Amino acid sequence: MSLATGVPLIETRGIFKSFGGIHALENVSVALAPGEVLGLLGHNGAGKSTLIKMLSGAYTADAGQILMNGQEVRLTSPRTAQNLGIETIYQNLALADNLDVAANIFLGRELLRGGVLDEDTMELESRKVLDRLKVNLPDLKKPVFNLSGGQRQCIAISRAIYFKAKVLIMDEPTAALGPQETAQVNELILSLRQEGVGIFLISHDLHDVFDLADRVTVMKNGKVVGSALTSQISQDEVLEMIIAGKLPRREVLTP
Amino acid sequence: MQSVKSTAAPPRRLLASLGLDARLVFMVAAIAGIWIVFHVLTGGIFLTARNLWNLSVQTASVGVMVSGMVLIIVMRNIDLSIGSILGFTGMFMAVVNTQLFSQNTWWAALLTLLLGLLLGVLVGVIQGTWIAVLGVPSFIVTLGGLLIFRGGAWLLTSGQTVAPLSESFQILGGGLNGSIGGLWSWFVGAAIMVAILWADVRVYQQRARRGLPNRSVALQALLTGASLLLVLAFVLVMNSYADPRSGLPRGMPVPVLLMLGVTAIMMWVVRATRFGRYVFAYGGNPEAARLAGINTRRLTIMVFGLMGLLAALAGAIQSARLNAGTNSTGTLAELSVIAAAVIGGTSLSGGTGSIPGAFLGAILMASLINGMLLLDLPSAWQNVVQGLVLMLAVTLDVLVQQRRAK
Repeated sequence: MSLATGVPLIETRGIFKSFGGIHALENVSVALAPGEVLGLLGHNGAGKSTLIKMLSGAYTADAGQILMNGQEVRLTSPRTAQNLGIETIYQNLALADNLDVAANIFLGRELLRGGVLDEDTMELESRKVLDRLKVNLPDLKKPVFNLSGGQRQCIAISRAIYFKAKVLIMDEPTAALGPQETAQVNELILSLRQEGVGIFLISHDLHDVFDLADRVTVMKNGKVVGSALTSQISQDEVLEMIIAGKLPRREVLTP
Repeated sequence: MQSVKSTAAPPRRLLASLGLDARLVFMVAAIAGIWIVFHVLTGGIFLTARNLWNLSVQTASVGVMVSGMVLIIVMRNIDLSIGSILGFTGMFMAVVNTQLFSQNTWWAALLTLLLGLLLGVLVGVIQGTWIAVLGVPSFIVTLGGLLIFRGGAWLLTSGQTVAPLSESFQILGGGLNGSIGGLWSWFVGAAIMVAILWADVRVYQQRARRGLPNRSVALQALLTGASLLLVLAFVLVMNSYADPRSGLPRGMPVPVLLMLGVTAIMMWVVRATRFGRYVFAYGGNPEAARLAGINTRRLTIMVFGLMGLLAALAGAIQSARLNAGTNSTGTLAELSVIAAAVIGGTSLSGGTGSIPGAFLGAILMASLINGMLLLDLPSAWQNVVQGLVLMLAVTLDVLVQQRRAK
């Protein structure tokens, strides 16, 4: 549950990334323990999205290291990240609208039988994992085009769960959802935490972050401002860090 | 099923409840309408065994290429170069067949074909790489290809027509010896019928076993029976057109068999392989496909390579049918193929398309051209009609997309 005991599940050390002269990330070091929910906070353009794209293999760093369980890893593509157990749930661009539910859950990692898509098994496995999340979809052979935001988000989450994520990165997982669906996703985050999954939670909603996260890391202008346990810092202090990049006067920051 | 009724128009709902694809039914009706109109206008020539046999051969070259075009358009690309690739590879095969493998043997013809197909793949892969790796829009790359390969077809022989080709190679075009005869046509027809029956029964049993919704037994029997009758009618028509020399039935032409084979394989590729799944995933949401770990560059290159292969196959068919390699073979073929794909339900906004629909689209386009030829319409008017049909098909697609967006 905490970084004080043992090796982090995943860790970045001194990551740099720039796009055409603009420094998107400068010397960014964050760490996540197994079974920990880390809230990643900051304004638009603070570097959160670039950092998670780095962790999910969509971008590669200009300099710096990424370590999993103390071992350096090279995340050269989304596939290598997935193979290491890093699953990402993106804000809104995760699903192919024209494909059905089962095809989306297994996208890129289809089950084969004799070299041919095994539609039956994929449909049955999808049903199982959706049942586990208590998601009720009548027909898994329908395109996801007509599904609600919450249902679509649940499909994205069940993808991560089916492939047994060790690290789960959630970019604004509840931004497009109603209150009931938000509660459902939040419940899910807590139950995954209990199973020992490490979760990066990117959110604008400070209340949600304080409800769910064990720790927060605040970023501003591509740099880490600081990190603190949610139990020891107030929302106002975190807000100060986000807006002004100003550290609290008392000693609450953790590494 | 009841709980997820769509909001579509009533006739569509009726068809859906019968488990039929509305667009396919609409297209079959449109083709039937065109056939009847032309039959009347031509004074009873259109619906004869001879003309339908000719129509089937005329459909082959567009029919072979259109399934590749479906995948291209589904991936939000376009290929304007296929007519020129057809001409270029056709000319190349004519040269190979007359200079390099001029023996009249089946293996010489086969080697000619294989070399031609290889060239088609190579050309497609180069264009695909240019598009995928350098990020140049496919419209521009293949517009360049249209000029380059048409020029290439001329440069191969400095514009001279190459003829005649070996009799073995001419088989590919469905000419004098290019049909499989009455008996073999019955065998092929019977094999197709057995395959349809087996597939329908198997799917029905599987769905029933897993508790998935099925059509009623009577309806399924009706639909399966209708497909079997269609195959039977096809064999009968093909066998009623006699060879003028021997008086024996010609049977199915080889290019038509090639088209049917390509269509069946492409249907399977789309339905049952990762490759087909990824093409549609990319069309639906390119970013999602990339983030799911799909190598989208390789996918684009493969699809253009496949298109090149099919264009070269069409090139072999056309040259063999003409019994000559000419530098103008296949001019404007890209427009018929794109029109056939779009009429068949392939959306230019990507992600949607169907191989059977495109196949029907190819029949529709070929029927229009065949009918206008029978009516002796000047080729200028034929171009006008084809252009209008293309615009109409795309307009329909745009309207459907707009309604969906609301």
